[in-house]
Amino acid sequence: MSINYSTQGFDLNNTGRRIVVDPVTRIEGHMRVEVNLDANNVIRNAVSTGTMWRGLEVILKGRDPRDAWAFVERICGVCTGCHALASVRSVEDALGIRIPPNAHLIREMMAKTLQVHDHAVHFYHLHALDWVDVVSALKADPKATSELQQKVSPSHPLSSPGYFRDVQNRLKKFFESGQLGPFMNGYWGNPAYQLPPEANLMAVTHYLEALDLQKEWVKIHTIFGGKNPHPNYLVGGVPCAINIDGDLAAGAPLNMERLNFVRARIDEALEFCRNVYVPDVLAIGTIYKQKGWLHGGGLSATNVMDYGTYAKVNYDDSTNQLPGGAILNGNWDEILPVDPRDPEQVQEFVTHSWYKYPDNDKGLHPWDGITDPNYELGANTKGTRTNIEAVDEGAKYSWVKAPRWRGHAMEVGPLARYILGYAHALKGNPHCQRVKEQLDSSLAAVNHGVPKLLGLPETDYSAKQVLPSTIGRTLTRALEAEYCAEMMVDDWKELMTNIKNGDRATANVEKWDPSTWPAEAKGVGIVAAPRGALGHWIRIKNGRIENYQCVVPSTWNGGPRDAKGQIGAFEAALMNTPVAIPDQPVEILRTLHSFDPCMACATHIMSEDGAELSTVKVR
Amino acid sequence: MIETFYEVMRRQGISRRSFLKFCSLTATSLGLGPAFMPKIAWAMENKPRTPVLWLHGLECTCCSESFIRSAHPLAKDVVLSMISLDYDDTLMASAGHQAEAILEEVMTRYKGNYILAVEGNPPLNQDGMSCIIGGKPFIEQLRRVAKDAKAIISWGSCASWGCVQAAKPNPTQAVPIHKVITDKPIIKVPGCPPIAEVMTGVITYMLTFDRIPELDRQGRPKMFYSQRIHDKCYRRPNFDAGQFVEAWDDDSARKGYCLYKVGCKGPTTYNACSTVRWNGGTSFPIQSGHGCIGCSEEGFWDKGSFYNRLTDINAFGVEANADQIGLAAAGTVGAAVAAHAAVTALKRAGKGPSQDASAHDRINHQ
Repeated sequence: MSINYSTQGFDLNNTGRRIVVDPVTRIEGHMRVEVNLDANNVIRNAVSTGTMWRGLEVILKGRDPRDAWAFVERICGVCTGCHALASVRSVEDALGIRIPPNAHLIREMMAKTLQVHDHAVHFYHLHALDWVDVVSALKADPKATSELQQKVSPSHPLSSPGYFRDVQNRLKKFFESGQLGPFMNGYWGNPAYQLPPEANLMAVTHYLEALDLQKEWVKIHTIFGGKNPHPNYLVGGVPCAINIDGDLAAGAPLNMERLNFVRARIDEALEFCRNVYVPDVLAIGTIYKQKGWLHGGGLSATNVMDYGTYAKVNYDDSTNQLPGGAILNGNWDEILPVDPRDPEQVQEFVTHSWYKYPDNDKGLHPWDGITDPNYELGANTKGTRTNIEAVDEGAKYSWVKAPRWRGHAMEVGPLARYILGYAHALKGNPHCQRVKEQLDSSLAAVNHGVPKLLGLPETDYSAKQVLPSTIGRTLTRALEAEYCAEMMVDDWKELMTNIKNGDRATANVEKWDPSTWPAEAKGVGIVAAPRGALGHWIRIKNGRIENYQCVVPSTWNGGPRDAKGQIGAFEAALMNTPVAIPDQPVEILRTLHSFDPCMACATHIMSEDGAELSTVKVR
Repeated sequence: MIETFYEVMRRQGISRRSFLKFCSLTATSLGLGPAFMPKIAWAMENKPRTPVLWLHGLECTCCSESFIRSAHPLAKDVVLSMISLDYDDTLMASAGHQAEAILEEVMTRYKGNYILAVEGNPPLNQDGMSCIIGGKPFIEQLRRVAKDAKAIISWGSCASWGCVQAAKPNPTQAVPIHKVITDKPIIKVPGCPPIAEVMTGVITYMLTFDRIPELDRQGRPKMFYSQRIHDKCYRRPNFDAGQFVEAWDDDSARKGYCLYKVGCKGPTTYNACSTVRWNGGTSFPIQSGHGCIGCSEEGFWDKGSFYNRLTDINAFGVEANADQIGLAAAGTVGAAVAAHAAVTALKRAGKGPSQDASAHDRINHQ
C-alpha cells in the first residue's frame, strides 16, 4: 500500500526504500522513526513513533491536587521541574491563589536555570555528536585549535595549546584502549560530518567542560528546591522561607549565604553561555551553512506557537519577556492570540495514536481530555504485534497524541519562541527587544563575523532563511539559554530589592486547607518548557483531582498524523533531507535531535474537538 | 576478576594471529593508522574496564541526569576511565541497529562479566508494548541482557520498586526488575532519583573492591541506606524540642524548625540525603524548607498526601510529647519493615548475596 499525497506543502511518498531507526538514542525516553528514501536518498516520507506510555494522567485521578506536582514532575527528569511548575500553576489557577512576588521570582530563577542547563546539556551531550566527529578530533593540531578557540571566543580562559593537547591525549588513550564506550559504533568518518579536526577537538573539549559545569548550575535548584533532579515545589508559593538577619537565619532555607551562592552560579552559567555555548553554535552553524546544509526547517517555516512566558510583572502577560501567540503560513507580520482555555483552540487527536476516544477522529480540549490506551496496529504493519518491522502510518502508530491549534499542526520550542519574539519586537514590544538584538548579532556573525575569522566567504542570509532550519533550531536554543541567564540576574536583583524593602513572603497559605476550596474548579498552568509550550489542565472536584491532562512540547512536535493526514513537526522537518549513507542515520538524528525530543513527556496526553474530516488518500 | 578481552578471545578459540588482525582492523576503522595497533593490542591483553550496559525502560531519565551530576568522582572520569559505558541510549553516539549490535557484541565478548544497569522498569500490560525498543517489548531486551550479566544494578525507584508509573492503578502494570529477573544478584539503589554520589559510590565500590557492597534484606547497599533521614537530620534537635513548622512560610519555617507536622517523611525514609546531601553536598529537601516525600521508599506514591503528618497525634509541641511521637513513628516503621523483610526474605531465599541477617537489621533499624 502506498501513501502518496500532499499536506502542508510536503509531498509524501512511501514507495522508496524504508529505513527504520529504533531506538533513536540521545533523547529522553524512547522513540522510533521510519523514513522512505527516493532513488537519490532524499527523504520523501517520515513517520515518528513514540514508543512508551506510562499513564500518569490515569494515575492522578482522585489524588490530592497539592500532591500533583510531584507526580507530574516525574514525567521527565531531564526537563525536571517544568511539569511541577505547570502543575502548581494549574492548581493555583483553579483555586484563585495568587503567589507572593518573591515566590514568583524564585520560581522564575528555577525555570530559567532549567533552560540553561537543559539547553547546554542537550547541545553538548545529546546533539553535538550529530555535528562533531570525535575521532577526527584526534587528528587536530592543538596549537591551531587554541588559535581557533581564541578567534571564536576571545574571552574564554581555557584556550591554551597545552589544554587542548591534554584533552586530546586523554581521548587518544581512551580510543587506544579499544573500549569505546558511548562512542562505539558511531558514524565517524561519515561525509555528513563537515567540521575540520580543530573545530572537532574544540567541541569535544567543550563536551567535557560542559559536563563538569552543568552540575554546578543546577545547584540553584538545590538551594531553592532541595535537590536536582526533581526539586520540590509548593502550591501557593515556594517552600524555601527567607531569613536574612533574624534568629536562626543560618539554619533557614534562604539566608545571605544561600542567596550569594545562587548569584555565583547564575554568573557562572551566564559566562559559559556567552563564552562557550553561543560561540560554538555560531561557529559550527556557520560552517555547516557554508557547506549548504540548510535542511530541517519543516513546520517552523510556516506554523509556530507558544503561550508566552517570563512576565516581568507576575500575572501581567503584557510584560512577557518571551511573548506568545501563533504564526501561520510563515506570516511573521501577523501574530494570532492563543488562549489555552478556549475549547476550540488547543485540541488533541488520536486518529493515529494508541488511544481510544468516543469518536476516533474528533479532537478533545484538555479539560475534557481522555487517556484510554488502545494498542493496535494497522493491517499494513510489517512484522507482528510484539515485533514491529515497519509500522502502518495509515493506522494508529504512536503512543503520542496529535495536538493541533485551531486544527493546524504547529512547531513549538525555542525556535518558535524566537520567531515570535522577533515578530513582537519588530512591532515595538519593549519587553522582548533583547531577542531581536541577539538574532541581529547572530545573523551578523553567521554572515560576516565568523566567515571573516575562519577565512570563508561572507554571505547575506536573512532571518527567514537562517531560522527555519535544523541549525536555526539549535542556534535559538543557545540564544535562549543566554537570555535566560541574563534574566536570572535581573530576577536575583529584584528579589534582593524586595527583601531590602521588607518583603520576605514566600507562600500564600490562605487556601492551603481543602476545606476552603469550592466543590468544583478547573484551571490551567502554562510554562515555557525547554522544548516548547507546555500546558497542564486540571479539574478539581470535592478536593480531589477529577481530571488531569498535559499537552507537552514533544507531543506537539513529535505527534503523529491527525484525522486530516497532516504530519507533525518531527515528520515535517525530516522531509526532503538528503541522507549521505542510508545505513547511517546521521542527518536523521541531527534534525530529530534539534528538537531535543522528550518522549517520556510526549506520552502524557489530551485531545481536541470538531475538526472536519477531509479526504485523505491512504492506500 | 574479569578476563581480559584477549583471554576471552583465546578461550573462544581465536588465534593470536586473528586477535592481532582484529586490533589492526579496529585501528583502521577508527582512522588511527597502523601505528595504533600495538597500543590497542596491549590494552586488550590487560585488564579492561568493566563493561556496563545501561538499559532504559519506563522511566523519566532522572537517574541518568543525577548520575552526570556526580561531583566525586566526576561523571566524565567514571565514563572515560573507570567503566566502559558501552550501551546507554541517553548518551551513546550510535542509534538503531548499530546500537543494538553493541548489545550483542558485548554480551558475547564479556559473557558473565558485564554489569547490567537498569533505569526504569518493564510494563506487562499492552503485551509489554507500552515500552518498545527496536520494535519489541522492552522486557525482552531486559531478559536477554540480564541472562549473562554478572550483576544487576537497579537504578532508582522505578527499577527498585516500580515508582510513579506503578502507582495505583498502575495502568501499564509496570513492575520492578526483581519481579522479572530472579536469578541474578540485584543491587537496588532507590530514590527518585538516587543521589549522584551514591550512584557513583556504588559503582566505584564494586570496581575498587571487586565485589558487591553489603546489602540489606531489601537489596539496598547498607553503606547508604541503613539510616533514616530523620536519624541524621540537622533539624532533629527541633523535633526533639517540639519546635515545628505549622504552616508554610510561618515564623518557624523561617527559623528552620522541624517539618514533621507539614508532612515530612524523614522519620520513615531510608536514604543518605541528610548525610551525603545533594549535588555535591549543597543542600537537601529539608534544608530547603520542604519535607521529605519519601522518594526512596517502596510505594511512596500511595501512602497518602505528602503533606499529611505521619501519625495523627494531637496536642504536641512540648518536648515530652515530641519524644512520644518520635517513638511512635519509629515503632510504625519497625512493624512495616519487619513485615516487608519477611516477604522479601521468602522471595529471595537461596538467591544472591543479600539474604544476610535480617533479624539483626530489624533490631538496628528500630
